[in-house]
Amino acid sequence: MVATANNLVYERPEGFTDTPTHYCPGCTHGVAHRLVAEVLEEMGLLDKTIGVAPVGCAVFAYNYFDTDFVEAPHGRAPAMATGIKRVFPDRIVFTYQGDGDLASIGMGEIVHAAARGENITVIFINNANYGMTGGQMAPTTLPGMKTTSSPNGRDVETQGYPIRTSELLATLDGAGYVVRRSLHDPKNIRLAKKAIRLAFETQVRGLGFSMVELLSTCPTNWNMTATESLKFVEDKMVAYFPLGDYKVSSGVAQIKV
Amino acid sequence: MSRELWEGNQAIAEAAVRAGLEAYFGYPITPQTEVLEYLSRRMPELGRAFVQAESELGAINMVYGAACAGVRVMSSSSSPGVSLMMEGLSYIAGTEIPAVLVNVMRGGPGLGNIAPAQGDYNQAVHGGGHGDYPRMVLAPASVQEAVDFTMLSFDLAEKYRMITMVIADGCIGQMMEPIHLPEMKPVQRKDWDWATNGKMGKRERRILTSIYLDPYQEEKTNLRLLERWKQIQANEVRYKEYFLDDAEFVVIGFGTAGRVSLSAVRAARQQGIKVGLLRPVTVSPFPLGVIDELVKRVSGILVVEMNSGQMLEDVRLAVKGRAPVEFYGRMGGVVPFPDEVLNEIQRMISDKIPSELSPRDAWYERMVATK
Amino acid sequence: MQKEIIIAGFGGQGVLFGGQVLTYAAMDAGKEVTWIPSYGPEMRGGTANCTIVIADDEIGSPLVKNPPLGIALNLPSFDKYENELQSGGTLVVNKSMVDRGPKRDDIHVIFVPCNEIAEEIGDRKLLNMVAVGALLTALPELSIKDVEKALEAHLPERHKNLLPKNFEALKRGYEAAQKVPA
Repeated sequence: MVATANNLVYERPEGFTDTPTHYCPGCTHGVAHRLVAEVLEEMGLLDKTIGVAPVGCAVFAYNYFDTDFVEAPHGRAPAMATGIKRVFPDRIVFTYQGDGDLASIGMGEIVHAAARGENITVIFINNANYGMTGGQMAPTTLPGMKTTSSPNGRDVETQGYPIRTSELLATLDGAGYVVRRSLHDPKNIRLAKKAIRLAFETQVRGLGFSMVELLSTCPTNWNMTATESLKFVEDKMVAYFPLGDYKVSSGVAQIKV
Repeated sequence: MSRELWEGNQAIAEAAVRAGLEAYFGYPITPQTEVLEYLSRRMPELGRAFVQAESELGAINMVYGAACAGVRVMSSSSSPGVSLMMEGLSYIAGTEIPAVLVNVMRGGPGLGNIAPAQGDYNQAVHGGGHGDYPRMVLAPASVQEAVDFTMLSFDLAEKYRMITMVIADGCIGQMMEPIHLPEMKPVQRKDWDWATNGKMGKRERRILTSIYLDPYQEEKTNLRLLERWKQIQANEVRYKEYFLDDAEFVVIGFGTAGRVSLSAVRAARQQGIKVGLLRPVTVSPFPLGVIDELVKRVSGILVVEMNSGQMLEDVRLAVKGRAPVEFYGRMGGVVPFPDEVLNEIQRMISDKIPSELSPRDAWYERMVATK
Repeated sequence: MQKEIIIAGFGGQGVLFGGQVLTYAAMDAGKEVTWIPSYGPEMRGGTANCTIVIADDEIGSPLVKNPPLGIALNLPSFDKYENELQSGGTLVVNKSMVDRGPKRDDIHVIFVPCNEIAEEIGDRKLLNMVAVGALLTALPELSIKDVEKALEAHLPERHKNLLPKNFEALKRGYEAAQKVPA
C-alpha cells in the first residue's frame, strides 16, 4: 500500500538524514535520536542547530541528524558546546552523551557547563555501561551489576556507588531544567519527548542549562534480549534512578507548549 | 617449560602481575581495554589494588600517588588517553619516582580509529609532557617481547627512578602468540629512602614534589635527571639484528613495522639482495652505537614506520649524513604488507637515491603519486 | 616452512575460535604461530576475520595480503577472499551460505555444506569445525589428531562434553573435502 496523506501515520523525521543507523537491535538510541529530530523539526530549529557528538556508541550521531555537527573528545562535549554557543548565541547547540562520556571523564565539564548556566541542551543517555568499548562498568552501573570490568558484580566497597547525575546537577543555580525520563515503553517515550521539547524551549528562551537524562537499554552488553532489557530498565533502573523533574526554574515552569 | 597461547593485552597484564604489580589504575579505550578488564578480575583476586578511574587524567594521578608511596604501579592506555596523561608523566618525572605506562597505539591524530599505528613515537620519545625530562621507551614486536619488556620496565623504572613506557600497537595488543610466562614474583615492598608512606614512628618526615621555586635548584634537578640519563644511554640500549653480518643495505623499523620488514628482508635475501634488519628494542635510549658501526659499511638505509617519519629523524641524526637514508611509512592505522617494503628495498638498491629531497619529502611525493 | 590462513565469516559463526583451534594445534606441535583478529565496521553481527601464520622460524608480518589458504563461511567473505587468495592456493567455502560457483580457475575451491553437516551432527554452531576439518586436507603440517589434541587440551571445562561432536565435525569436514576433485 502506498503511503498517502490519508493513511500516513509515521515517517522518518525531516531532522534525519537517509543514513541507516548502526545501533544494535533493541537499542534505544534510535528512539532518542528520533525524539530529538522530531522536536527540532517541530520547533523549526533544524537550520540553526549545531550538535556535539560524544565518544561512545553515538560517536557517529553526526551521520544521522540533518544539522551541523562536531565531534568532541571523550567527555568534552559540554565544553565544545560552550565554545560554539558563546560565539553564536542565537544558534541552538545540543550535546548527546552517554553515561561514561558525561558522568565519568566528562564530569568536570558537565558540572561547570551547568554551573555557568550555559544555554545549551544536553541529551544524556544512561544505559549503565560503556557500550562502545564492549560493556565496562560506568558511573551509573548498578550495585551488583556484572560488567567486563566488574566481573563479579559492582562491589560498592571497592568500586563505589553509582552517581545520580540529574540530582547532582540540579543543585547548581545555573541549571534551568534538569529532568530524568525513560524510554522503556510508549507512555514514557511520549513523556520523554515532552521533556526534550521543554529542554529546547529552555534554551530558546535563554533560561539556562537544560538536560534530559534518558534511561536506556543496552541489550548487547547486558546480555539480554531486547524485551528483557526494556524490563530491566523498568524494574531495576527506574528504582535506582527515579524519574522526575529535578530542577525546573520558575521561568521554565511558566512555559506553555 | 611449555608454552601458553596468550593475547598481547592480557599477557602484558599478567606479566605486570608477575612482576609484583601492586596497583593498576586505568580507563577503557580500544585497543587496550583487555588490560583493564583482565586486571579488574586478577588484581582483586590477589588482594591488590585496582581502580577504573574516572578518566585517564584521574588514572595517571592515581599512579602518581601510588608511585610516591613506593609501590610497583602501572597504567595502560592508547593514544588519545595517553595524551591526557602527559601532564601526569611530567609531574612523575619531576618528582623522580618510578612508574610504568603501556601505550597500545592506534591511528590518529584526534579520535582517529582503533587500528594499529606508531604515531606516538615522538610523544613517547621526545616529550609529550612539558619540560625537560628523559624517559625510557621500549618497543615490543611480539607478545613474548611485550611480556618480557613489561617485566623489565618495572626494574628499569626503579633502578633509575624514572618513567618507563612500553609502546606497542593494536596488532601486538590483539594478536595471540605462544609465550613462556615468567614465574610469579612476590609483591616486594622495598625500603626506599624517598617513599612517602608515613613516618610510622620510625623516621623523619619526607616530602615528594616537583616544585623547585628557585630556578637554580630546578636546574640542578634537571642536571640530576640528565646524569641518570647518561647512565641509561651507556647501559640500557637494546636492539635486535637480523642478517646484518654481510649486509650492504639495512632496514630499520620498530615494533610491528619491524616484523613486517623482517618478512620483506627475508624475501629480498631470497632474491640475492644483501639487506639486513635493525630492530630497536629501546627507542629511547636510541641505539646510536650500532648505527655508528653500520654506516661504515652499508650503502643505504631504509627506515620503515607506521607514521609519517618520526624515528626517521633519530636515524638521520645518528647517521649524520654518512649514508643515504630513505623512508617508507603508512599512517592512520594502515599496516604495511611485506611486499610494499620489498618494493622499497628493490627501489633503494636500483635507483640512485635522490639527494635533493629529504627522505620524507621523497616518500611523500611517491605516496601522493600512487594514491 | 611458513603457511598463512585467513578465516572469515559473520560475527557469531565461530570464525575467531576456529582460528584459535588451529593456533593451539600449531603451538602444541612445536611450531611458531600467530593469530590476529580483525573486525568489520560493525563489531556485532558484522564481518569477522582472523589471520593465522604457522611457521618453523620467528614469524615476520602477522598479516598477509594474498594468503595461500582460506576459509570463507559466508558469501561476503567468499567474494572478498576469492580475489585475494594466492594463485595455486586452496579456499574452503561454506556451500550452505553461498549461491554461486568459483570465478577463478587458478585456485582450488572446496565447497562444503558446513551448516547442513553441523546440523546432522546435532549443533549448528559446529559449522566452523567442519570447515577447519576440510581445510586440513590442504594443510599437511597439521593432522586431525593434532587439532583433536588441541581441542582436548584447550576447550574450557564446561564445554568438554561437546568434544565428541567437535571431533565428528572435523572428521566430516575432512571427508567432505577429500571427496571434492582436486
